[in-house]
Amino acid sequence: MDASRIERSLARIAHEILERNRDLADVALVGIRTRGVVIAERLAALIREAGEAILPVGSLDITLYRDDFMRHPVGPQPLVRSTDIRFSVEGRRILLVDDVLYTGRTIRAALDALIDYGRPRSIQLVVLVDRGHRELPIKADYVGKNLPTSPVQSVQVRLREVDGLDEVMLEEGA
Amino acid sequence: MTAVAPVTALRGRHLLSIADLSPAEITLILDTADAMKEVGERTIKKVPALRGRTIVNLFFEPSTRTRTSFEIAEKRLSADTLSLAVSTSSVVKGETLLDTVDNIEAMSPDMLVVRHASSGACQQLARRCRSRIVNAGDGMHEHPTQALLDAYTMRQRKGRIDGLQVAIVGDLAHSRVLRSNLLLLRKMGASIRVTAPRPLIPAGIEALGATPCRTIEEAVDGADVVMMLRIQLERMQTLFLPSLREYFALFGLTADRMALARPDAIVMHPGPMNRGVEIASEVADGPQAVILEQVANGVAVRMAVLYLLAGGSED
Amino acid sequence: MHYILRNGRVVDPAHGRDGQFDVEVRDGVIVRVGTTLAAADGVTVLHVPPGCVVTPGLIDMHVHLREPGQEHKETVASGAAAAVAGGFTAVACMPNTAPVNDSAAVTRYILDQAAAANLARVYPIGAASVGSKGEQLAEIGELKAAGCVAVSDDGHPIRTALLMRRVLEYAGMLDVLVIDHCEDPTLKGDGVVHEGAVASELGLRGIPGEAEELWVERDITLAGLTRSPVHIAHLSTAGSLRAVRAGKARGIAVTCEVMPHHFVLTDEALRGYDTNTKMNPPLRGSADLEEMLRGLADGSIDVIATDHAPHHADEKALSYDQAPFGITGLETAVSLTLDRLVHAGVIGLSRMVELLSANPARILKVPGGALAEGAPADITVLAPDLPVTVRAAAMRSLSRNMPFEGWQLRGGVAATIVGGRLVYRNTAVEALAGWLA
Repeated sequence: MDASRIERSLARIAHEILERNRDLADVALVGIRTRGVVIAERLAALIREAGEAILPVGSLDITLYRDDFMRHPVGPQPLVRSTDIRFSVEGRRILLVDDVLYTGRTIRAALDALIDYGRPRSIQLVVLVDRGHRELPIKADYVGKNLPTSPVQSVQVRLREVDGLDEVMLEEGA
Repeated sequence: MTAVAPVTALRGRHLLSIADLSPAEITLILDTADAMKEVGERTIKKVPALRGRTIVNLFFEPSTRTRTSFEIAEKRLSADTLSLAVSTSSVVKGETLLDTVDNIEAMSPDMLVVRHASSGACQQLARRCRSRIVNAGDGMHEHPTQALLDAYTMRQRKGRIDGLQVAIVGDLAHSRVLRSNLLLLRKMGASIRVTAPRPLIPAGIEALGATPCRTIEEAVDGADVVMMLRIQLERMQTLFLPSLREYFALFGLTADRMALARPDAIVMHPGPMNRGVEIASEVADGPQAVILEQVANGVAVRMAVLYLLAGGSED
Repeated sequence: MHYILRNGRVVDPAHGRDGQFDVEVRDGVIVRVGTTLAAADGVTVLHVPPGCVVTPGLIDMHVHLREPGQEHKETVASGAAAAVAGGFTAVACMPNTAPVNDSAAVTRYILDQAAAANLARVYPIGAASVGSKGEQLAEIGELKAAGCVAVSDDGHPIRTALLMRRVLEYAGMLDVLVIDHCEDPTLKGDGVVHEGAVASELGLRGIPGEAEELWVERDITLAGLTRSPVHIAHLSTAGSLRAVRAGKARGIAVTCEVMPHHFVLTDEALRGYDTNTKMNPPLRGSADLEEMLRGLADGSIDVIATDHAPHHADEKALSYDQAPFGITGLETAVSLTLDRLVHAGVIGLSRMVELLSANPARILKVPGGALAEGAPADITVLAPDLPVTVRAAAMRSLSRNMPFEGWQLRGGVAATIVGGRLVYRNTAVEALAGWLA
C-alpha cells in the first residue's frame, strides 16, 4: 500500500465510523502505541474535518499486559511507555485502533488494559491491515485492507509521523 | 546534558549499586518509572506484568518505609510477594547470611529484595544466588532505589539533573543514601556540595565526587536542591556530636538558611525526619519541600526496577 | 642418610655465597658446602634441577596454628604441613590459642604436637601477659624454659604503656624478644578496613594508619627507655616504617616484619567485599605499599612473615563487618615474594633469603638462617621460574581463606628439607622425581 491507498482506506474507515455511530457524543478513540495512536489521530482529524465531532484520542501502552515476554524471562524486557488517556472510559463507546491485526494477542492485552481503566459501554476494533492467522477469537469491526500473508512474512506499516513516509510493505522472513 | 544513546534494557541481573548503572540505564529506569507512575494514578492500580513471579523481601534490618514501598510496587505489578523480617539474632546464633539465603532460595523465588545492616551483604549474596537481587539498603554502603527515586523527583521538579547544584547535609559518614546519590548525581552531571560536622564527614569524600563545605550556609548557597540526611540518633552517642540542640543550631535547615538557596529550590529528605534536629518544621512542611512526593515516586521507581530486572539480561 | 645436593645455585647471604655449590648432608647435619664434592661410596647424589636455588631453610616468624582450641581451623600438624609445602622449615606460632599459651603446659603441648607431626620446626611464642589480657605479666621465665622463643600478646596490642615497659624490662632481662601487635585500640574503634576513600565508598568503617603508627612510636620509645629489643609485628604503613627507620637511626633495637599481602595488595582489593581481603592490619593505600617495597629493598624492613591466620569457611561466610580478620599465608608467601619482589626487580634472591631466613633466625635467636657446616640441615630448594597457579583447594592448611585464588605467579617451592629429611617435594618439578622422601 502506498500513501494514497492508506489515505483512501482511512477515509473509508472514517466514513464507516460515522455511518455506524449516529451519535458521536460518547465515542472516543484509543490508539495502541505507537502506530495505532497515529492512525487514531488521523481518524479523529478526518471526522473533525467532516464537521461531525471532535473525538477525544487516548494512547494505550500494552507492554505491561503482554503474555509473551513474561513467560520467557530470557530476553530483555520490552520498553514500557506511558498510557495517556485523559478521559474517563467509563460508559463510553471506545474505538480501539491498531495498525496490524495478526494473532490477536495484542488486542487481548489492550482489552485487558482498557478495562482496567473502567467499564466502557462498548469497544470496537479498528485496524489498517488484517493479515490473518488469528490465535484468539478476535475480529476487527473496521478494516483498511485484508492482506493475505504467510506466517514467515512480516507486515511493516510505516507512517509519516513516525517513519517519515506512508507505506505498508509485505516483507519476507519474519 | 551530554547525549547518551538510549538503551532498552539493563545489562545486569541485579541492582546492587548505582555504580553498575550507566547514565543511559538510569534514564531508562526513570522513563519506565514515568509509565509506572501512571499505573498508580488509575482506579485499578495494578497491571499483570509480573504475574506468576515470586518476590521475597528479605529484611535483616527493620524498615517500614522501604519495605512498604517495595511491597506496594510488587503488588501493583501482580507479583506474588512475601516479606520476611529476619531477626539479626539468628545471625548471632551462628547462622550465616548465606545459610539464611540458601534456605529462601530453596523455595525458588525469582527475586530477592534485600536490606541488611552490613555493607556489601547484597554483593556477597549476588555471588551465590540464582535469584535476582535488589539492594534495598546495605549497611552504610548503598541504597540505590532511594537515589533513583530522588533523581526521579529532581527530574520531575527541575526537568533535568544535568547541571543542578545539589547540597547534601547531615550524617554523611553513615549514610547509604549519600553514597548512592553521589554516584548517581555525578553520572548524571549534577554538582554536589556536602556539609556536616567534621566527625561525620567520611575520609576521602572529595574522591567520591563531592565538595565538602564547612558551613551549611556555604553548602546551600545558590543550590537547586537541598537534600537533608537523617541524623541517626541511635548512632550519635557522644563521639560525633555534643548534642542534638547544637547540631540544629549549626547544621539544621531553617527557613533563613533555605533562603540562601535559589528561590525555586526544592527540599528533599529520605525520611524519617527528625524535626527540630536536621530540619525545621516550617521548612519540612513548606512549599519547597517535596518529601511526600519522594515517597510517592518511590513506588513508581521500584516498579520500574522490578519490571526491568524481571527480563533476562542480554548476556 | 648421607647425600650431596649436587650443583645447585646456593644463595646463602650469611656466608656471602651466591653460586653453584654442592651441599653435603649426613645424619641430618650439613657437613660440607663446596664445589664438586667427591661422593664416597654409599653417598647418594641428588642433582639439583637447573634453575633451582638452594637456600637456608625459610623461617616464618609469625603464624597462628590455632591448636589448642580451634582445631577446626588448623592444627599444629596441618600448619606444619602447610609450612613445609610453602618452603618453610620452621615457624614461630603466636600464643592466641584457647587456652592462651601463657603457661609451660600449653607450650609443651604445642611442642609435643609438633614433634608428633615431625615436619617443620615449631617455635612457640608465649603470651606477654596472663591470658593476653594486658593486666599482669606472664611467667616469661617459665615460658622460656619450656621452649618459647619470644613473647607477644598478638591479636591484641599490649594495652598500656606501663605494662609494655614492664614486659620489655622483664623479657629483656631474660633475653626473650618482645613482639608487639601495634594498634591503638581506642583509635581503631570498630573499624574493619583501612580508612580512606575506598572504605568511605564501600561504607566500611575505617581504621586510620595512625592507629598503628601511634603504637609503633610508643613501643620504639619504650624500647629506648628500657634498652630492650622490640620487634614490630605486621608493619603496614609508611608512617610506621618511618618510625622504625628513625628508631634504628637512634640506635634502638627495633626490628620489624611485613606480610606479603601488604606488599602485593591495596585497599582497592576490598571492592566486591570478599571477606578474604579482611585482615588486621588491613590492606592499606598505594602510598603505603610503595613504602613497603622501598623498605624491603633498602633493608629497613627486617623480615617477611605471613601472619598465617586460618579461619573456617563458615566464619568467613559472614558479612564483611562480622567476618573474622585474617588470611592464610604459609603456602603463598614464597610465590608472591618471587613474583612480586624478585622478578619485579625490587630485591634479589640474596635479600629474599635474608628476609625469609637469615634475619628471622637472628632476631628470634633460633638455629638456621645459614647453610653452616655442623648445623642442622634445614634447607629450602626454590624453583624461581616455576609457573604456579594458586589454588586453595590444593593447599595443606585446613583453611582456605586467602584472596589469591587463581592467581598465576612465577616461582615456587621445589623441595623442603628439615633436619636432613626431605619433608616436601613439589610434584610439579619433574626433575625432582628421583628425590625420595
